[in-house]
Amino acid sequence: MRDRSIGLLLALPAIATIALLYLMPLMASATGAFATEAGFGIGNFVKTYELYTTDILYTLVIVSLSTVIIAALAVAIAGYLTLGENPAAVEVLRWLYRWPLFIPFIVVGQVLRTFLAKNGLMNNLLVAAGILTPLQTMSFLDWRGIVIAFVWKQTPFVTLLLAGAMAALDRGTIEAARNLGASRLRILFEIVVPQVRTTLFVAMVLSFVTMMSVLSVPLMISAQSPTMITADISFRINAYGDYGVANALGMISLAMTMAVAVFYLRQNLKEKAR
Amino acid sequence: MSALSLGGKDAASQAAGRRLAIDLKWLPRTLVLGLIAFAIFGPLANLLLWTVAERWYFPHTLPLEYGFTYWAKVFSPRGVAWESLATSIVVALLTVICSLALAIPAGYALGRLKLPARSLILLVFLIPQAFPNLPVYVNIARFFYDVGLNGTIAGVVLVHVTHGLVFAVWIATASFAAVDAELEEAARSMGAGAFRAFFDVTLPLALPGLMASGIFVFLESLDEFTGSFFVGAPDISTLPLLLYTAGAGGNYQVASITALLLLVPSIAFMLVVERFLRADVLARIGH
Repeated sequence: MRDRSIGLLLALPAIATIALLYLMPLMASATGAFATEAGFGIGNFVKTYELYTTDILYTLVIVSLSTVIIAALAVAIAGYLTLGENPAAVEVLRWLYRWPLFIPFIVVGQVLRTFLAKNGLMNNLLVAAGILTPLQTMSFLDWRGIVIAFVWKQTPFVTLLLAGAMAALDRGTIEAARNLGASRLRILFEIVVPQVRTTLFVAMVLSFVTMMSVLSVPLMISAQSPTMITADISFRINAYGDYGVANALGMISLAMTMAVAVFYLRQNLKEKAR
Repeated sequence: MSALSLGGKDAASQAAGRRLAIDLKWLPRTLVLGLIAFAIFGPLANLLLWTVAERWYFPHTLPLEYGFTYWAKVFSPRGVAWESLATSIVVALLTVICSLALAIPAGYALGRLKLPARSLILLVFLIPQAFPNLPVYVNIARFFYDVGLNGTIAGVVLVHVTHGLVFAVWIATASFAAVDAELEEAARSMGAGAFRAFFDVTLPLALPGLMASGIFVFLESLDEFTGSFFVGAPDISTLPLLLYTAGAGGNYQVASITALLLLVPSIAFMLVVERFLRADVLARIGH
């Protein structure tokens, strides 16, 4: 019993910090979303619906599309790292894919803003190689730029988790399938991926939440309308000091991530029930 | 003899054939690996070019003039970079000290002691990762404004500590759980007090993991933009805020030099992370 109270005492300062500086502002954001000049009401949500429906859908499409592309690339890379037969190629890929892992989003935003611009290095190289004429070049600094930035930054993270889970799998079933003549693609999708499904979903949900919170990438790559919810929240605060609508937008982004989490939990329960 | 040499020649030509086949097999591999390398290093090369470009505009493939005048400008004694760099490092160091001071006791309790509602407590530390944190930063900034913490180093450090605590607590918990509890019991049975046993036995053994979490919190603080933007700007200027304002003002050289300053530690960490986070610690994260 004494052990328990000492343990709680040791953990208390950290818990209190999270409660005071995270949970309390989170509550304030929930109540703030319903606080209007006329008192408690849904006025902020009505205004949000009128002004920002496009941006909410835009955010949902960008983040969902990015999540799907990231998952596909991560499965491909982690799959090759696990099943690849050429040790040299596997080593090169293992060394290569991680580079963006810890690069901050704000740096990713700056790097890709210059790279993808109409006069960026990508277009310049395509022109120099004779693939495009200078008049055909176009800027990718719109929704495509945001998707590219998210994929560039988040793929290594999902791949890292996935490759770790794949490395921990029992090699016996893989070798058995290989001896029976199954192709590597079939082994990947019928034996390896089903076993690491939980890790893949968790990594996708974490990525989804991360991308929903990023402010710097939409601000730097494409801040003009339509843009992402995070940029709208920042604009609402800095230009109008309008905490009501900002908090309503915040609640909507929270609801979107909750929906993803609930979807994941239900899938999980369904599988356990089976 | 002649038959033998003939056989040898045959084998040699077969080997040559096989080598050619391998070379052909390398073609798609090289192509794909090359494309991945371009996708990763192309943008980074572009950033490096921008840091030394004196003049560069459409439709020139490469900068027209190279030089270090912008470096000199950024790092001149009264330049903006020194102040932001110093602020960033002070904030990051304070964040590491506060986070570890909170996370080491919490991690020890969660990793070693029997705690009521242990998994619930671990879950609480996960919440900041499970929700978009922009609404939280907006409301912290409002609260800090009321109590006079807005635009101060302390305010920015507090925001970074909240964010870094998640990783610090989870890694510290895993590090303490990976240390054999019997070693501490042995020290206790030989007469060492609880504190002596902790500081002389358990803490040194958990140190690699704790150092990793310290470095990670340092990096997270160095790179943090959103919280600093709402709580610190415009009074406090960290490197990410400098990068943002320079980029928004169209000064790509200054923005790129700042981005490079942030890029170097994050890539260095990526290259050494495995040395600090041993597999037995990684395997225990979240358990």
